[in-house]
Amino acid sequence: MAEILDILLSASFWAAVIRIASPLIFATMGELICERAGVLNLGIEGIMVAGAFAGWMAVYSGLGLWTGVAVAMGAGMLFGLLHGTLTVPFGLSQHVVGLGITLLATAVAYFAYRLALPRVTTPPRIEAFQPLPVPYLSDLPIVGPALFTQTPLTYLAFALVGVVSLVLYRTPLGLAVRAAGENPAAVESQGLSVTAIRMGAVMVGSGLMAVGGAFLTMSAFNSFFFEMVNGRGWICIALVVFGAWMPGKALLGAVLFGIFDAFQIRLQQTALGADIPYQVFLMLPFLLSILALVVMSRRAAVPAALMTPYSKGER
Amino acid sequence: MTEAQEGAQATVLRLDGITKRFGQVLANDSVSLALKRGEVVALLGENGAGKTTLMHILFGHYAADAGRIEVFGEALPPGNPRAALDAGVGMVHQHFTLAENLSVLDNILLGTRPLWAPGLGRAAARARVVQLARDFGLAVVPEHRVGNLSVGEKQRVEILKALYRDARILILDEPTAVLTPQETEDLFATLRKMVAKGLSVVFISHKLHEVLAISNRVVVLRHGRLVGEVETARTDRAQLAGMMVGAEVRAPERRDSAPGVALLTLAAVSTADRGSAPGLKGADLELRAGQIVGLAGVSGNGQGALASLLAGLEAPIAGEMRLAGAAPRRWSPRAAMRAGIARIPEDRHATGTIADFTLTENAILESYARAPFSRRGWMDWRAARDFAARLIARYDVRCPGPETRIRLLSGGNMQKLILGRALEGAPRVILANQPVRGLDIGAIAFVHGQLLEARARGAAILLISEDLDEVMALSDVIHVIYEGRLSPVFARAEKSAAELGEWMAGGGFADGAHAA
Repeated sequence: MAEILDILLSASFWAAVIRIASPLIFATMGELICERAGVLNLGIEGIMVAGAFAGWMAVYSGLGLWTGVAVAMGAGMLFGLLHGTLTVPFGLSQHVVGLGITLLATAVAYFAYRLALPRVTTPPRIEAFQPLPVPYLSDLPIVGPALFTQTPLTYLAFALVGVVSLVLYRTPLGLAVRAAGENPAAVESQGLSVTAIRMGAVMVGSGLMAVGGAFLTMSAFNSFFFEMVNGRGWICIALVVFGAWMPGKALLGAVLFGIFDAFQIRLQQTALGADIPYQVFLMLPFLLSILALVVMSRRAAVPAALMTPYSKGER
Repeated sequence: MTEAQEGAQATVLRLDGITKRFGQVLANDSVSLALKRGEVVALLGENGAGKTTLMHILFGHYAADAGRIEVFGEALPPGNPRAALDAGVGMVHQHFTLAENLSVLDNILLGTRPLWAPGLGRAAARARVVQLARDFGLAVVPEHRVGNLSVGEKQRVEILKALYRDARILILDEPTAVLTPQETEDLFATLRKMVAKGLSVVFISHKLHEVLAISNRVVVLRHGRLVGEVETARTDRAQLAGMMVGAEVRAPERRDSAPGVALLTLAAVSTADRGSAPGLKGADLELRAGQIVGLAGVSGNGQGALASLLAGLEAPIAGEMRLAGAAPRRWSPRAAMRAGIARIPEDRHATGTIADFTLTENAILESYARAPFSRRGWMDWRAARDFAARLIARYDVRCPGPETRIRLLSGGNMQKLILGRALEGAPRVILANQPVRGLDIGAIAFVHGQLLEARARGAAILLISEDLDEVMALSDVIHVIYEGRLSPVFARAEKSAAELGEWMAGGGFADGAHAA
């Protein structure tokens, strides 16, 4: 028991929580924007891989870190463009297109990696984002090292939640996005283009997913290797549901998942870890997430037109 | 038109030679129409006559194949709702175009500001909405979530949406279909206020008395063509009905006939309550060959339970049901069908048809597993198509052909196919639950005529309807249903409408004679 308490009270634990949550926050916000506009984007897992690779490759070939983030975002938006074109104007099945994009984007990233570095066995490291302590705040006990001694991308992730909230709830654009996911006919009858709004949402959303992926190579592991995204995209799909399609609650979900994950890593190193196979610990965050999902999403308000293609003039 | 007339009343809207095809269906055939300032024009026509299509073209949901639209003297670019809105045309759709997750205010605001504007300006907008609501008598609370509103309130929001955008021409598509009589009165009051302020209204309807009550002029569409245009003051119901259906409508003839043997009897039958919908409470009922039993009652008083029981969806929890004298062993929809009970379901969209199936597939929904449609486990689509074609011809289903998806049909034509499907096998018992709800005059007369024909052939018919006039016109005997209890049987014309109305409100049940 004392060991568990020690874990929960250590600053390094909470710093890890935030670090684990950061990429999830980017990608969850991206998915949330897509779904709020009525498009389920199952391309998320692959787009994160592509973003992780694109950002890392850009920096590895000599571009600046922020340029790398922009390159990742651009790569994500390209896949978003593909996803959007197939699902919005053509109205194809969002499940099939999404899974297809995941397979395609993952394969393209691995292929490009092999093309660029044909003979490398250990992935080269890059000079990644360094922690940027916030003056004064980083001196606070526990909270300081946990929250305010992170890399700039983490600060960006948290700021993004506020921006997404503001845009969704306080601007005409956000209103149009939310209406497009609820009743596209309402959008059209008010003289707006459902296609343009949904395409835009899918592209921006996919761009954010790619930045989430780039966080892994540019702010966490500092290099690119296969399987590094490791299901994080799917977690984000669940986090959107957990957050009932609301940015603030989704952030809470991401942090909660970070807690479970950081906790199981540390639990492995305690006395318990000697007796129990480590795979059980690896399972823990997912089990707890499913449990939380069941409890939280009972009365979630799904966007009514989610996964429903809209075609103008259909009867 | 002379110059003097032009000055007196300016034309605000002119449709010229509008033509629109959907596949092989000619929805609008060179329709021309003019609307003046401060005028209510009623667009009258049966379901599927092309009224809604015409207005969707005006509003830019569809682009016309031919023809031209002028609003305030300016040509309107086709297929662009934004242009229509900017030109001052507002539309209240039959199926509301509201986002249920948003507030009333947000629904009104949607699309009214540039997308990249930094804020919504909710405070100023709210004041304006409240002002408009007061001016036109449209009671709404801007903060309420649209998903929680009643249908009447939602319609008021739709009207406010148009007014907020300074619409000068308002199109209302079947606005009263979903309203109570009181709400309809309120709507008319609002429309009169709008006209007094110089707005113009196109009022789409197939209800004659409403058209006569609210419009200045009536334009009649039939099969996509404009067939008549009259001043409301110079016409009457009979003339309008005649124009609408193409011939003088007459009520189907009902001959007296002697009732035959009892085909289905209920003795003190009760069924389980389903949430707020009451089950039957000790119901006694007898359906005899060659007789129409009318069931009158306010909706939600156990009609659903009785219909489910007869359709095999529900079994009695007490009492006894007998079919041709014998109690069925296992009661299920399949058993009901085998027993020769044909069903015309209450909601043709939800339970009567599968929208994306073709007419052929819908025609054999109940009989697909039997010969001739299925042999040794294989479908015989040729037989199915022939059957569908036969129904289409015999029951006058207007459609491009048996391979059309049924969602493309109007309600009346859908109902005719269901009717044909139900009646074709010469069923012994017919359950007709709200068979003419939402249909136009022509289709109503057709459905009633077919039910009377089935009666003459010797079928036992249960007619469930919320329309007392319908029950009284067709039935040989009448029951009233109230909170799951059935009144004693009344002979045709034994009770007046007022007396039946009292039973429908629960009077008469109080004596306890029929209590469960």
